[in-house]
Amino acid sequence: MAATFELEVATPDRLIVREQVTDAEAPGRNGYLGILPDHAPLLTELAPGMLSYTVGGAKRSVVVGGGWMEVLPTGVRVLATVAENPNEIDLKRAEAALARAERRLKESGEMDIPRALAAAERARARVAAAATFGR
Amino acid sequence: MPSLIDFRRRIRSVKNTQQITKAMKMVSAAKLRRAQEAVLAARPFANMLGEMLGNVARAAAGSDAAKELPLLQQRETIKKAVLVVISADRGLAGAFNSNVNRGAQKFMQDQEGVTFEVESIGKKGRDYFRRRGFTISGDHQNFSRKPVYADVAAVAAKVSERYASGEIDAVYVAYNEFKSVMTQRLKVEQVLPVPLTETADTTEYIYEQPAEVLLASLLPRYVEVELWRSVLESTASEHAARMTAMDAASRNASEVIERVTLQMNRVRQASITREIIEVVSGASALK
Repeated sequence: MAATFELEVATPDRLIVREQVTDAEAPGRNGYLGILPDHAPLLTELAPGMLSYTVGGAKRSVVVGGGWMEVLPTGVRVLATVAENPNEIDLKRAEAALARAERRLKESGEMDIPRALAAAERARARVAAAATFGR
Repeated sequence: MPSLIDFRRRIRSVKNTQQITKAMKMVSAAKLRRAQEAVLAARPFANMLGEMLGNVARAAAGSDAAKELPLLQQRETIKKAVLVVISADRGLAGAFNSNVNRGAQKFMQDQEGVTFEVESIGKKGRDYFRRRGFTISGDHQNFSRKPVYADVAAVAAKVSERYASGEIDAVYVAYNEFKSVMTQRLKVEQVLPVPLTETADTTEYIYEQPAEVLLASLLPRYVEVELWRSVLESTASEHAARMTAMDAASRNASEVIERVTLQMNRVRQASITREIIEVVSGASALK
């Protein structure tokens, strides 16, 4: 039995994951971070992307739309602004959102650029997740 | 003396009302369950965020950059403040609305020398404070039917911005806290400046970003979550209060029906007796 730690992923309206996992990989603001049991305490901001983890040998993942991660001696807590299971993602909608965000960035006039960038990033994460893990 | 027909009418009308109150009670019960689930589901995030904020605040304490954060700045004198009042859009919920409205009004009157503006979530609160001549800085409705995070976040962003710009010196929220189905209690909490509770925990963290940067990104989120939690609590309280009120109303209606039926029977009996007496005395007169 491999060592495990508790992974919790919460969004403002629900707790989406609470499991004993053997490893996790999170989209940190400065690049993906791999977490194994007994990781040193760490606090970081998360970028939109895929949070994958392993439960009893099976790989799983959720898409997070940015947030924060706290690695504690007792486990890992992820506070996501939004999070979705890949099978909940509406691929068409995500693609449409991506196209819209990219168009806005190109036209950019007086548009809110950080907001459009963030939207594009979120949409890209969703599309990628749906493509890999789609039904 | 009311006639039998009057009694029947009365009973029918009370029965109709009772049917409505019963139906409303059922609906509220169903909505209450959903609202309660939402409160529970929102709890982990709020708790974790609070703890994380405490940890980060401890790490950032003493740094000048953290003291500069607009959402943390304590103003020396509070001249102008905003009270977010969370009420229901509709009535028939017992003391729910008057509880929060009166409590909020008292809170504002107790703070001397502070000019308050009311940021109202829910129609009943807006009506109440508008009638009494308060300044309504914002009016939001239809939150309690199905609370949407983005709506609440918009309110949070608005008050945060006004606070950061120095326009207002404090933000409070008044809502009915969901204690149990039978009891809801008024609660007034300070939202801004963010009341930081530094945790006693002494874990040394590796910070991928400087603590004050994390703090700056966590704080607005904290304001949102505080309001979001209040809205969810208030929603659960509203349905609970309505359910209790409608249950009492249904029971009252049953009592009224019982009493009126009794009266009606008495009147009916009296008229029967009178008729018998008439018949008997008529017959004996013929003898």
